[in-house]
Amino acid sequence: MDLSLTPAELAFRDELREWLVAHHPGPDPADTEGSIDHRLGWQRTLFDAGYSGISWPREHGGRGATLMEQAIFNEELVRARAPSPANVIGLVMGGPVIITHGTDDQRARFLAPILSGEEIWCQGFSEPNAGSDLAALTTQAVRDDNGWRINGQKVWTSFAHRATWCMLLAKTGGGDRHRNLTFFICNMKQPGVEVRPLRQATGDSEFNEIFFNDARVPDENVVGAVGDGWKVAITTLMFERAGLSAASALAIQLKLDELAELIRARGRQHDVTLSRRLSALVVATETMRLNGYRGLSRVIEHGVPGPEGSLAKIQWADINQRIGELAMDVLGGEALVTDPVWTRWMLRARANSIEGGTSEIQRNILAERVLNLPRMR
Amino acid sequence: MRFDLTDDQRAVRDAIDELCRTRYSSVSARGYGCGEDDGSALWHELVASGWTGVAVSEEHGGQGLGTVELTLVCEGLGRALAPATFFGNAAAAMLVAAAGDEAQQKRWLRGFASGEARGALGSLQADGSALAYDAEGAAALVLVAPGRAAIAAADACTFEKTDGVDITRRLTRVRLGAVDDLRGDVDAAVDRVEVALSAELVGVANRAMDLAVEHARTRQQFGQPIGVHQAVSHRCADMLLDVESARSAVLCAAWTADNHPQALPFAASVAKVAAAQSAWRTTTGSLQVHGGIGFTWEHDCHLLLRRAVASGHLLGSAEWHLDRVAAQRGLGPAAA
Repeated sequence: MDLSLTPAELAFRDELREWLVAHHPGPDPADTEGSIDHRLGWQRTLFDAGYSGISWPREHGGRGATLMEQAIFNEELVRARAPSPANVIGLVMGGPVIITHGTDDQRARFLAPILSGEEIWCQGFSEPNAGSDLAALTTQAVRDDNGWRINGQKVWTSFAHRATWCMLLAKTGGGDRHRNLTFFICNMKQPGVEVRPLRQATGDSEFNEIFFNDARVPDENVVGAVGDGWKVAITTLMFERAGLSAASALAIQLKLDELAELIRARGRQHDVTLSRRLSALVVATETMRLNGYRGLSRVIEHGVPGPEGSLAKIQWADINQRIGELAMDVLGGEALVTDPVWTRWMLRARANSIEGGTSEIQRNILAERVLNLPRMR
Repeated sequence: MRFDLTDDQRAVRDAIDELCRTRYSSVSARGYGCGEDDGSALWHELVASGWTGVAVSEEHGGQGLGTVELTLVCEGLGRALAPATFFGNAAAAMLVAAAGDEAQQKRWLRGFASGEARGALGSLQADGSALAYDAEGAAALVLVAPGRAAIAAADACTFEKTDGVDITRRLTRVRLGAVDDLRGDVDAAVDRVEVALSAELVGVANRAMDLAVEHARTRQQFGQPIGVHQAVSHRCADMLLDVESARSAVLCAAWTADNHPQALPFAASVAKVAAAQSAWRTTTGSLQVHGGIGFTWEHDCHLLLRRAVASGHLLGSAEWHLDRVAAQRGLGPAAA
């Protein structure tokens, strides 16, 4: 056990820190579209400097660095208060899935534009009637002479209105619901695809609905075998959870610094109730960071992300929600007035225990797959 | 960075688990607490295998391994609800090594390391007496109070058995004879002891979780195991979250104590808060999952719960540590 960085990791970090000082893109614009544009430009800068796809293999255009260096990269971006690259779905899920399950042709076609941000990706999994029960989805893919015809509806899709490609999970047969799904790469820029923004509880529109009306997907855009979609999709969900928690924890610590500042600015620094609630969050966030690094060390040793990623996901949602509640209590009577930072945080955090697998589903995963408790009927 | 035990560290963990499995059951723990078992079988094994000196420097007769190795021993012993003879002795050694002067180290450390002249840990009370676990038979008592630590030869003290909440340990009120202050960095030394204590609590929490999970798998009601219900299984999942979070925090603090001591106050506070909360929540949760059987005297649930409460409030409480973390951010009663 050694929690210090190795000389190679240290060199990577120091070089990156220096580079970030010289190339910081400036603050993220507040509006969603402006932010995406800003982060696309930022991704191009990262790409040109060899900082896109840190842990992707070199043969696929990545930097070929270790998962630990990927985690260090994520942390350093947060520390420098630089935005994350825009094509996060492609970088974290789309690319790794194609590297793991794709054909050589798919790798040649799709990987490079993911890294540069030239082509944005989105994820078409959830449906109005298939949220936690993802395998219950009803979007249909039917094979004909010209490939596949898609009909159905997806929901809660980030970046759909800007995306070129969608990782689409659709039904391709009957029978066992874990064996009748297929994983497609669907072109979003075609007449059969309609994207509508979804207005969420915060008032913002980060997500979309997608309507597929006889949309087309050619045969060569099937990832894995027909009927293997569930297995392929599970890989993406595992990748989604692995390796991000340490950087997320650092982002939360920075937020807690701001909250401590708010407490002092309100002259309530001696209030024991508030200070203990804040320090309890500091402690919880530190354990989340440590769980993240411990989980990452396991991934490095065993090769694949494990269900332990669910631990950090539950902690992340819980901590963010408690920060929102504490901020409202610090604001007191002023909590009636919309605050650009804290009101949004309080509301947005309510989705954290739903998106990416609800906290209840995460607890099911821990109970069944780590503790081997009997499966719920 | 590698946040994972080495093969040698895994071997330490496995050796202690094996030792406890064969030498110390919860029947022993009950017997020890009420005086029917003197606990010597386990203690002599720990002495014979050299574990008593695990983190004492070789210069003073120990193995010179790290705080990580020490916490692995403590976690295993906590899981077995072992007496405080090991923990108290290790605490005494850490306090004298970190805050004692050369003469004090020369006089005491060798005996602590070999286990032949054992140390015990006591907390100084407002009335000048001390409360200590498993102090009878010790050669010396190391006493702590906020900002102060001292050592007293046991033969100059008198012991009076006291009714302790934790019935797997023997609590005594100690009337002290002459005490000799440790004049080094007491706070840093106490932080190390907190880490070892937190490691014991992780063991307690893990055992409570294991019992709950086993019960949830096997106990049948309404024709199926109770663990199929999310009210039960999610409670167990939360125990896993608590146990693993506390384990991560303790391992980090142990590593920090040896490699990055200036960061120890924060790391030790995180460890103690996480471990105390984890032990309380898992032991109370485990009792609830067990239902009626968990509330019987014969079941181990209350032994674990009693240990969680008593050890959680030994040295700095979770509140004390939360206030220290808050003060580092300019908040709380101690803030300027």
